[in-house]
Amino acid sequence: MSSPDLPLVAPQTAQPPPRGGSHAGAAKSGRVRRLSGSDRVVVSLMVLIPTVIVVGLIWLPAIASVVLSFTNWNGIGKLSDAKVIGLKNYTDVFTIYPPFKPAIEHNLLWLVVMFVVATPLGILFAVLIDKDLKGSRFYQTALYLPVVLSLALIGFIWQLMYSRDQGLINAVLGTHVDFYGDPTWNIWAALFATSWRQVGYVMLLYLAGLKGVDASLKEAAQMDGATEVQTFFRIVFPVMRPINIIVLVITVIESLRAFDLVWVINQGRNGLELLATLVTQNIVGEASRIGFGSALATLMLLISLVFISIYLNVIMREDER
Amino acid sequence: MTRPSTQAEYLAGLVPDSVRATSFSRRGLLRGSLLAGGIPALLAACGGGGGTAGGGGGGGSSVTLGSNFSDPVPVKAMDAMVAAAQKAQGVTAKVNKVDHTTFQNNINNYLQGSPDDVFSWFAGYRMRFFAGQGLAGDISDVWQKIGGDFTDAFKKSSTGDDGKQYLVPTTYGPWAVFYRKSVWAEKGYQAPKTLDEMTTLAKQMQTDGLVPLAFADKEGWPAMGTFDQLNMRINGYQFHVDLMAGKEAWTDQKVKTVFDTWRSLLPYHQTDALGRTWQEAATGIVNKTSGMMVIGSFIGQQFPDADQGDIDFFNFPEVDPSIGADAVEAPLDGFMMSKRPRNEDGAKKLLTFFGSPEDGEVQTTADPSGIAANTKSSQAKYTELQKKCAEFVGSAKSISQFMDRDTRPDFASTVMIPSLQTFLSNPADIDGLTNSIESQKKSIFTS
Repeated sequence: MSSPDLPLVAPQTAQPPPRGGSHAGAAKSGRVRRLSGSDRVVVSLMVLIPTVIVVGLIWLPAIASVVLSFTNWNGIGKLSDAKVIGLKNYTDVFTIYPPFKPAIEHNLLWLVVMFVVATPLGILFAVLIDKDLKGSRFYQTALYLPVVLSLALIGFIWQLMYSRDQGLINAVLGTHVDFYGDPTWNIWAALFATSWRQVGYVMLLYLAGLKGVDASLKEAAQMDGATEVQTFFRIVFPVMRPINIIVLVITVIESLRAFDLVWVINQGRNGLELLATLVTQNIVGEASRIGFGSALATLMLLISLVFISIYLNVIMREDER
Repeated sequence: MTRPSTQAEYLAGLVPDSVRATSFSRRGLLRGSLLAGGIPALLAACGGGGGTAGGGGGGGSSVTLGSNFSDPVPVKAMDAMVAAAQKAQGVTAKVNKVDHTTFQNNINNYLQGSPDDVFSWFAGYRMRFFAGQGLAGDISDVWQKIGGDFTDAFKKSSTGDDGKQYLVPTTYGPWAVFYRKSVWAEKGYQAPKTLDEMTTLAKQMQTDGLVPLAFADKEGWPAMGTFDQLNMRINGYQFHVDLMAGKEAWTDQKVKTVFDTWRSLLPYHQTDALGRTWQEAATGIVNKTSGMMVIGSFIGQQFPDADQGDIDFFNFPEVDPSIGADAVEAPLDGFMMSKRPRNEDGAKKLLTFFGSPEDGEVQTTADPSGIAANTKSSQAKYTELQKKCAEFVGSAKSISQFMDRDTRPDFASTVMIPSLQTFLSNPADIDGLTNSIESQKKSIFTS
C-alpha cells in the first residue's frame, strides 16, 4: 500500500498515471493532487454519516440501556423523574425473578441444539446435495424453502402440525400432546421448528462454499486412497475454514437472538422463557418496567460480548497469520 | 385464535406484537433515536411514526378512534356505534382497529406517541394509572353533561386520583359460571349454591362424559378470573381490593387457602389449559362437550345467533357462609380521550355520544354480551340473558373490576400471569409460589 507520510489522495489519483512510473509522475508535477473542496465534503460525509448512524443507533441505545438499568424508570414522562436505585434491578433479577433462570437455560439449550443438531445436519445435507444425486435440485429447494419464511410465520405453520386438537402430529399418532402449551414439550417443539429453518440456511451457505473447493484437491485425496469421510474431514473441512467461521457465527447469533418464534407461540411464557422475550415483556408491554427490562438487556449484552470477543479473537488471529 | 373478519386484520394478526411495534415507521424510529438517542426515544418513535406519517388525519369534524374491539361481534358493535354517533352528534370517526391483546400490550407506547383522539380502555386502577401519568385528557366537562345518567359507583370508577373524570363508561359484563340451558335441562343439573354442591355437580358431569369446567389460560388473564372468584368467596371483597393494592401479603394464609381450594378443583378443570385460548375453551360449551365455564358474559360472542337464548349462568357459589357470595366481578369498559387530541371538540362530542343512553342501546343490541352502563338506556331490547345480567350486577353488594384492572399493570402482567401459569402447571408448591409473588410484589410496589 502507500507509504504512511503521503498526503491524503483521492483513489483515482493514487493509480499510476498512464505514462511513466508513479514516482516519476509525482516528481514531474511536483506534488500529488490534493482533494478538491467537493471531494473533501464527500469524504467527510462518507465518514460522518455511518459514524452518526452507528453511534446513534447502536452505541447510544446500548449505553442508554446500561444507564437505565440502574434506575426505576417506568417509561412515562421525563427521564429526570427516574430514580437511581443502584444495583437493585440486578439483585432482583438474580434473586426474585423466577423466569430468569429458565430463560438462561433455554438460551443455552437453544445454542447447544443449534450447534450440535441443526448446523451439522445442514452441513450433511450440503455435502449430500453437492454430490449431484438424482433430484438434488428438488431437495435443495425443499430444504431451502423454510429459510424464505419469517420465524413468525413458521410458528403459525407448525401450529397446524402441533395443535392439540386439530394438529397433524396428534391426529396421525392418535395422541393428545399439547405441544405448545405443555412446558415439558414446547421448548422442544419450538427448537424443532427453528432447526427446520436453520438446517436450510446452513445448507445453503455451506453449499456455496463447497462449490468453491478446488476439485483437484478431492481427486488428489482419492488418488492417495482416502475414503469419502476422510476426504471431507481431512481435506474439505479445513479448506472451508472461512465458511466454517461464518456458519459458527450465524449459529451463535441466531441462538442468542431467538425471539420471534416463541413470541408467536405464547409470548415467551410457560416453558418458553428466553432472555429476549423477558426483555420485551418488561419493556414493551403494558408493564413498562424500563429499568428492570434494561437490566435484563444489559445481562444479555454481557453474554453476547463473551461470544463476540471469542469471535473477534479468532478473526484477529486469522489476520496475523 | 379469533377469526379475523377482514384480510387486513388477518395479515395484521400474523405479525407479532414486537415486530409490529418496531416496524411502524422505520423513518420515525431512525429520526427519533438520532435526535434524542436512547431507548425512550426509540420507544416513543415506535408509536409516533404512524401519526406523523398520516399527516394529522385531517381536521374538521373527523375524529380518530383507537379501538380494541377486535372480535367479529364487537367490531360490528363498533361500526354501529360510529354510525349512530355521526347521526346524533355529526362527528365522523375514523376507527383504527387493533387486536384486543395487542392494543393492551402497546398502550404505553401508543399513548406516548400520537394516539388517536379517543381510545377504548377500562375502568379502575388501570385507568387511574394512565390518568395519573398524564397520558389521558380531562373530560370532566363531558361528565357535567352525562353525569346524571350514571350511578355514583360508575362515576367513581371513571374518576382519577386527582378527582377529575377521565373515562366515559359504556358497557360492562359480569363474570359468573356460564352454561347451556338445554344441556343442563337434558341432564337435570341444578345450579349449585355452595362449593361442595359444585364439586358434586362436577363429579356428576364427569360420569356423564362432560368436561366439567371448560378452562384456558394461554393468554395469561383468563385464569385470573377464577382466582378472583375464589378469593372473593373465601376472603371477601375488601381483601381482594387490599391484596390487589399491595396492602396485603401474598404469603398470608388466606391467599394460600385460595390456591389450596383451587387445587382441589383442578381435577374438574379442562386439562392442558396453558395451550388453549378462552375462545377455544368456550367452543366446548357451545359444542356441548363441556358443562360450565368461569368466564365473563362476553362468552356470548362465541355463540351463534340462534343459540343466544340457550346461554345461562349462575353466581360463583359460596365457599364460606360468613363471607357469602354477594361480591360480583363486573369489569367496566369505556372510552377515554388522549392527552392532546387533534380535534378536541369532536372528541368530546363523540365521548358525549358514548355516554348517552342511545349509545348504550346501540352497543348492547349489536353485542348482546354486554349491559349498558348508562342507567337511562332502555332495556326493552335486552335479551333474557342481558336482563338477568343487569339484575345480577344490580343486586350485588360490591363490584370488583378484575385482577388486571384492580392492580398495577406491571404487577399483573410480569408477575401474576407467569405465577398463575406456574401454579397451573405445578399446583403442588403453593408456599414457594406465594413467596415468589410476595417478594416480587414488594419490589414492584416500592419502586
